[in-house]
Amino acid sequence: MIALVLALALADDWTQFRGPSGMGVSNETGIPLEWSKEKGITWTADLPGVGLSSPVVAAGRVYVTATSGHEQSLLHVLCFDAKSGAKLWERRFWSTGSTQCNRKTNMAAPTPAADATRVFALFATCDLAALDRDGNLLWYRSLVGDYPTIGNNVGMAASPILHKDTLIVALENVGDSFAAAIDARTGVNLWKNARSSKINWTTPVLSSRRGRTEVLFQSPTELTAYDAETGSKVWSHEAEKFSTIPSPIVADGTVYSPGGPFLALKPGDGSAERRWESKVLGTATASPSIYKGRLYTVDSAGIVSCADPADGKVLWKSRTKGPHSASPVIVEDRLYLLNEAGATQVLDLKDEGKLLATNELGDPMLASPAVSGGALYLRSDKKLYCISK
Amino acid sequence: MNAPGAALLVILLAFAGPEEDLAAALAKLKAVAPEGKGNEDAARAWGIIVAKGPDALIPTLAAMEGADARAANWLRSAVDAIVENAVAKKRPLDLNKVEAFVVDAKGSEIGRALAYEWLARLDPTASERILPGLLDDPGRELRRHAVGRALTQAEALLKGADKKTALEPLRKLLSSARDRDQVDAIVKHLKTLGVDTDLQALYGVIAKWVFITTFDNTGMKGYDVAYAPEKAVDLKAALPWKGDKAVRFVSHTTPEPRGKIDLNAVLGKEMGAVAYAYAVVDSPAERPVELRAATNNAVKIFLNGELLFFRNEYHHGMTMDQYVGRGKLHKGANQILIKVCQNEQKDDWAQTWGFQARLCDPLGGAVPFTNVTPEVKP
Repeated sequence: MIALVLALALADDWTQFRGPSGMGVSNETGIPLEWSKEKGITWTADLPGVGLSSPVVAAGRVYVTATSGHEQSLLHVLCFDAKSGAKLWERRFWSTGSTQCNRKTNMAAPTPAADATRVFALFATCDLAALDRDGNLLWYRSLVGDYPTIGNNVGMAASPILHKDTLIVALENVGDSFAAAIDARTGVNLWKNARSSKINWTTPVLSSRRGRTEVLFQSPTELTAYDAETGSKVWSHEAEKFSTIPSPIVADGTVYSPGGPFLALKPGDGSAERRWESKVLGTATASPSIYKGRLYTVDSAGIVSCADPADGKVLWKSRTKGPHSASPVIVEDRLYLLNEAGATQVLDLKDEGKLLATNELGDPMLASPAVSGGALYLRSDKKLYCISK
Repeated sequence: MNAPGAALLVILLAFAGPEEDLAAALAKLKAVAPEGKGNEDAARAWGIIVAKGPDALIPTLAAMEGADARAANWLRSAVDAIVENAVAKKRPLDLNKVEAFVVDAKGSEIGRALAYEWLARLDPTASERILPGLLDDPGRELRRHAVGRALTQAEALLKGADKKTALEPLRKLLSSARDRDQVDAIVKHLKTLGVDTDLQALYGVIAKWVFITTFDNTGMKGYDVAYAPEKAVDLKAALPWKGDKAVRFVSHTTPEPRGKIDLNAVLGKEMGAVAYAYAVVDSPAERPVELRAATNNAVKIFLNGELLFFRNEYHHGMTMDQYVGRGKLHKGANQILIKVCQNEQKDDWAQTWGFQARLCDPLGGAVPFTNVTPEVKP
């Protein structure tokens, strides 16, 4: 059975926040250009609560998290069949951590991570559950039960990422602030490193270098790379102001790090060299992307910038209608950018960001889309949408 | 557990009777410990419990009695899986037993609330049947459901020809409601009927305080400094501060319905400063209590010299009851001390310096006390 399930796991699975690459890029084909409430929606599914987490897709299953109840007391993990949208199972957990947060976010902010056989759901309450694809509970951690001062009053949002059998979590906060690797099979800590006590919502990113996998954590004043297996510090770089919302990305051995200024870093021995820095490439909430040798950012005014990743020089800009909380996805030379009103603007990357379509669903959305199996998945506080031809 | 140990567990469970192996499996779920300890045993036990299907439902709900929050979520997800599987496979569930479990106030509070969730979903008539009897339930969730239903009925009366028919139902509801959103709704409706509510009394607000100020919090270092009031409060003592400033004692009673105190208004604006709020309350009996507070500033909460709660966080939002310290009131006088630290941020939104506090039971209902804080004259 496991072999069969593994065989189902396709290269186009969207297994974590911003997909397997961590930068919102998909090799899919056939994603629709246009849709509306009346056409192009393959299926929708009702959600039992609100959420800012992205859907993830693995081996034909779509996983979504949500939160509901008085003071967000309930946390939901839902599994849907990717083809039909049928709900296969739902598991619920009580919030064990504080549910206080900024009005714009909620407890279902971190995106889950999945592989062909498992899903790992972290919530802003610091509840962390591992379930198999059939909804059987593999393990559960109340991280606030383990580390009572963890959390902040604004809301946590960094998503977990999966590296083989290691689940990496970033829980930077004003209390017990740390980065940790957790055994995905058992839920016990493999390593745990103290981090900055400043609040931070960036998701860690994996990078392969010199035959090992590094995991990069971006804090307000330091970007740190740890060996993913051991947790030992490999290199770090200090800056006056790294962003605390958009996350860094890695492409061709270079780290592209949002902040003021935006930095391109070449990791070395113990430190990193600044290849370039840019005060022009602004970011707000959306994380950057690298696609076909071009760097893309979205700033607070909704301006999409295309830059040369070799030197940071801006090649063109295209204005979109924001505000945007979601990060964009790039498929087939098109950038899909969802605004908070639920309109997805599709830009042509081969034509300096020319607007090809604006697809209104009239359902406010802050979660980044997922792309898998020829479909685009969007989620609002009420519904999960599958959009495909 | 190592591999041979796990194998032994499986063998032992295989030879145990149905009730014994269910009890053993439930015990494994309740034995999970911090940092993932017990997870592997619990995962196997979870599968055993769920495989038993509806027969395991009530025992799993009942096992929530005494379970910590970690174990409760293992148990809860097993209950959800049992019911979900039974519904999908059209296996019968004894809803009469579930209902009997819900209405038995001696059972696990969270187990009963979960049982009600499923009962209400599977039997749409159940809510009307059982909620009227749960208005004063000892469990927060069930009471909330019951108050919510009754509030909807009262609101329907308010929309009718004779609004005053809603008065008595709303008055009764006010004594049952504990969640702030429901209390606020009832108070608002009563106001439209000409009835004012003493919110300070309803919430158990600590309104009268003596402030001891100002101590140094430059660089936010004062949070970890135990200034004199943390050792002993002496309202007649002369306490030093930095420079040529002297410590001041200021009495203040807040008229704000929920007990909010703006220290910038009461003490004058200070940055990089620590103030202590001191109150004495007389309790008619010894009892457990929750000292709930809210603040935008770093805070420490002491009851009779015991540190009940601390949070070194600034300007990330203030919501009533955001912080909960659990302790015990002595019969007679009890000293409450709250340390409120302001940092030196210059942002407009970081200028707030204040707090609110109240004394209540675990459901949020006010506990009886008399505020006997001494008056300090300038």
